[in-house]
Amino acid sequence: MDAKKTPLYDEHLRLGGKIVDYAGWALPVQYEGQGLVVEHEAVRNTAGLFDVSHMGEIKVTGKESTKFLDFLLTNDISKMVDAQIIYTFMAYETGGVVDDLLVYKFGDEDYLLVVNAANVCKDFDWILKQKGKFDVAIDNISDEIGEVALQGPLAQEILQKLTNYDLNDVKFFHLANDVDINGVKCLISRTGYTGEDGFEIYTDNQGIVKVWKDILESGKEEGIKPTGLGCRDTLRFEAALPLYGHEISQDINPLEGDFKFFVKLKKDSNFIGKEALNKYYNDGMKRKLVGFELTERGIPREGYEVYKDGERIGHVTTGYLSPTLKKNIGNALIDIRYAKLGEQIDIKIRNKYVKAKIIDRKFLKK
Amino acid sequence: MKVLKDLYYTNDHEWVKIEGGEAYIGITDFAQHNLGDIVYVELPEIDDEFDKEEAFSAVESVKAASDVYLPLSGKVIAVNEALIDDPALLNSDPYENWIAKFEVNDRSQIDELMTSEEYEKLLAEEE
Repeated sequence: MDAKKTPLYDEHLRLGGKIVDYAGWALPVQYEGQGLVVEHEAVRNTAGLFDVSHMGEIKVTGKESTKFLDFLLTNDISKMVDAQIIYTFMAYETGGVVDDLLVYKFGDEDYLLVVNAANVCKDFDWILKQKGKFDVAIDNISDEIGEVALQGPLAQEILQKLTNYDLNDVKFFHLANDVDINGVKCLISRTGYTGEDGFEIYTDNQGIVKVWKDILESGKEEGIKPTGLGCRDTLRFEAALPLYGHEISQDINPLEGDFKFFVKLKKDSNFIGKEALNKYYNDGMKRKLVGFELTERGIPREGYEVYKDGERIGHVTTGYLSPTLKKNIGNALIDIRYAKLGEQIDIKIRNKYVKAKIIDRKFLKK
Repeated sequence: MKVLKDLYYTNDHEWVKIEGGEAYIGITDFAQHNLGDIVYVELPEIDDEFDKEEAFSAVESVKAASDVYLPLSGKVIAVNEALIDDPALLNSDPYENWIAKFEVNDRSQIDELMTSEEYEKLLAEEE
């Protein structure tokens, strides 16, 4: 396989990982003897450990870092405090999305952007192009950083055994830097892509192998499992988190995707895409991302077309037989006229029109 | 991977059991192992007609849907309804649990199917 290997590749082979090419990286979709459903359930009930070393890390430092990022990104960077993390979009002038990412703030002149693996080169080029006369330095350090994500209700219990740092002090969407994890200095954050509690842990390419092994060892009695890309997608889908290229993309702006919270149209600074997004907001959106549940037999999948009274009104952006909810559900981007709770729509599955109804996209909400 | 001697096979990992002018079709051990846990099977209707190489069924895991192709043209005369409530039967015994039974239109198409020895060779190349 031509795909790039993360520092944990040999570990995945050792653990029976079924390796696939994801965004040019050789990563496990699931592990032998476990499988997607078992791994998904581990994250929801105990803990799972993901190799996410393929993600990109871009440093933004210098005098005008805050000003530059407020211009580059849709969320409000000026309001961030040190050790805080926010989720944001980086938009084109058209309002479409370049990428969705996390911003880690170490100081007013020191930020780290964590971006999608599939978009690292595109993002880095884009950011360099937007730099213009801003007094900032942009460094793509993706190849130097390994990352794992420990996710699940027992994540803190498992990680606490490996560090003297009181993990209660790391609040949701906050970070702690230079934390000693069983002898390895790491950046940790209480963030994740699963809807469960958990930590994302960054260190160098050598250290990450030790961290991975130590966490799996530490979590043995809690029932930790290594977890692959397969359940990563089913978990984030159930948790109503978007995947670039599906719920948001160059052609799907964040307002259509129902992510207005992360687009601060009222923030003082201008930002790329502000004008277009303001216009969409004021004129009214034409499409909307909705959740739906099949009311007849079948499994909805990404790409399937959505119909209403024989007319095509949109498409499925993500769909699954949900392992946690055990229901056939999905997200669809559809003509806003039909985007009402309870509305009946049809999903075209192969050559059948299968009935569905629109439900709340926050599938896990009780 | 289990391969039964008295069956015919296809490149797409379907098996075929011929009984007179009728054929049972299912998926092989290799196919079910590759798919992972099967959570849904789409069955055709009785009397549906299909051409050779047309998809007559789909077998789905949580991750993905896979079409099942008819290796010879025919008409559906029975479907395995047990797969509706228990799709995982295809994982536990892919040879015991057929998907559909067909009336074969053109018996000469049987000669174009792979023997168990040819299928074993194919599997050896895939691994």
